[in-house]
Amino acid sequence: MFEPVLTQNVQRADSEKIATYLAHGGYAATRQALTGLTPGELVEMVKQSGLRGRGGAGFPAGVKWGFMPKDPGTPKIVAVNADEGEPGTFKDRLIIECDPHQLLEGTIIASYAVGANQAYVYIRGEFYLGYQRLVQAIAEAYEHGYLGKNILDSGFDLDVSVQRGAGAYICGEETAMLESMEGKPGNPRLKPPYPAQTGLFGLPTLVQNVETLACIPHIVLRGAEWFASMGTEESKGPKIFSVSGHVNRPGNYELPLGTKLSEIIYEHAGGIRGGKQLKAVIPGGASTPVLTPEQVDIPMAFETLAKAGSALGTGAIVVMDESTCMVEAARRTAKFFAHESCGRCTPCRIGSMRLYEALERLERGAGLQDDIERALYLSDNIDARTFCPMGAALVNPARSTIQKFRPEFEHHLEHRECLVRLH
Amino acid sequence: MLSEPDVQVSNPRSRALLLSALYSAQEQYGWLSPEAIQHVADQLELTPGQVHSTASFYSMFKLQPGGQYLLQVCEGLSCYLLDGADTLVAQIQKHLGIAPGETTPDGKFSLQIVQCIAACDYAPAIRVNDDLHGHITPESLDELLAQLSAQEEGAEHV
Ligand SMILES: Cc1cc2nc3c(=O)[nH]c(=O)nc-3n(C[C@H](O)[C@H](O)[C@H](O)COP(=O)(O)O)c2cc1C
Ligand code: FES
Repeated sequence: MFEPVLTQNVQRADSEKIATYLAHGGYAATRQALTGLTPGELVEMVKQSGLRGRGGAGFPAGVKWGFMPKDPGTPKIVAVNADEGEPGTFKDRLIIECDPHQLLEGTIIASYAVGANQAYVYIRGEFYLGYQRLVQAIAEAYEHGYLGKNILDSGFDLDVSVQRGAGAYICGEETAMLESMEGKPGNPRLKPPYPAQTGLFGLPTLVQNVETLACIPHIVLRGAEWFASMGTEESKGPKIFSVSGHVNRPGNYELPLGTKLSEIIYEHAGGIRGGKQLKAVIPGGASTPVLTPEQVDIPMAFETLAKAGSALGTGAIVVMDESTCMVEAARRTAKFFAHESCGRCTPCRIGSMRLYEALERLERGAGLQDDIERALYLSDNIDARTFCPMGAALVNPARSTIQKFRPEFEHHLEHRECLVRLH
Repeated sequence: MLSEPDVQVSNPRSRALLLSALYSAQEQYGWLSPEAIQHVADQLELTPGQVHSTASFYSMFKLQPGGQYLLQVCEGLSCYLLDGADTLVAQIQKHLGIAPGETTPDGKFSLQIVQCIAACDYAPAIRVNDDLHGHITPESLDELLAQLSAQEEGAEHV
């Protein structure tokens, strides 16, 4: 049986308080890291663990830490990405609201490892409860000497503060987040330079997702080998899967990477509601290509999903049963992306809107004869032609849904009505 | 020769306080009125244009006055799959007589459609000001609206 790692505290009463956290071994990892390990040893340890980013892109965390300049004279920053905007995803919210000290520990250790004396948490504006809990947790950490000057007599200083976002999906993209943190509209920056070279206020900045950082204290305490013993060849450690849609028990399920999608849906999330048939699954958040029922035995890992033409993304699983109109599902997601385009580059700003309009006409039964082709053509012309990775994010759901459920789109087009409309 | 334009060079660190200053101003003024924008600009030594360009980028900053209770209905896929989204919007529209983007004449309620609010485990979900309400049914929505309607002016929480 798998023992939860990242979610081991979340069910406890007052799990967000430092007293609860300390009573269950909290901040032992911070002590061990700051007083027993060098920054170099920590970077090596995280590399060995095989930890990959949990914010969507899956970049190896230790490698990114290694990109930060070593020269002690340059001030450096750690920026925690707590913007959690990928539709279907609600795992970071759980950590922030129910175990904020775990996140702080990861942040402290990461900051020590890369030589940053200032860390910021950029939290999604809608997470008001999480914001309050995090502010409280930071105050407690200062009181107990885990933040501030000369932490645990290690000679290491760290200040942490929280900044609220204000409702913009694109600010989850790391460079847009940095712009927002500087008080500007959230328009992505050109890369390179990467944040590790030129980040917040032009300083080298390590950007890391909440769940990624939450793994760190456990790696320090139990070792890189233990972490790497979970998962698959290229996807190591535990992962929180957010499951929603037509399942009996929507929620967050922490399991090792490589767990089969079917096991997550049928065993952990209790199967499809009302005994209906499965029709489609989004495996990693709204921006990942949809899967069909024939694909549900796939192990949830970076490499397996990539091979299947989709992506692990944030590990957010949206389950759709036979009553779902796939044209409507595609339309709805396209509307989201058209709304959230920052407007900076033309393929994204105009393309996302034209794509939405084609899908909207098809859904309504007012499709033009070439709207299916138009949607595919637009998708191919937006993908990889945008300023930031938002382009790929926005075409994935539309294109994959048309490719896999084309007869439904054709039915909408030819018969001007829906095959499956539930209401 | 052209003269040097009068550009205000702001301190990047002070501009970084802009979002939190906008939140404070919004709290104080109720919305980001031109006076509120000017106030923030003065505080941070920015131009009102700089403040406005940032404020208008973000959906949580209100550039128009709204009701005492902002009802935000999630229209994300997971909420839609569980009969939320459009169904709840239609119910509120019927109950309060306002469309998305509108405010009731008594200034009590505003209605807004929002995207996935990372609460799909509580779907269908809505937000009332800063509070999340999950597993909404037509009955529980009716109850919630009745409860809010009965609240006294100034009592923010249910
Ligand atoms: C459009 C877009 C939205 C994103 N939204 C988020 C987000 O909400 N949270 C997040 O952690 N990463 C998000 N990312 C990924 C970040 O750019 C970045 O890769 C990540 O924060 C790095 O942390 P990690 O390596 O720990 O995952 C987004 C990327 C794109 C292109
Ligand atoms: S879809 Fe409504 S909260 Fe995610």
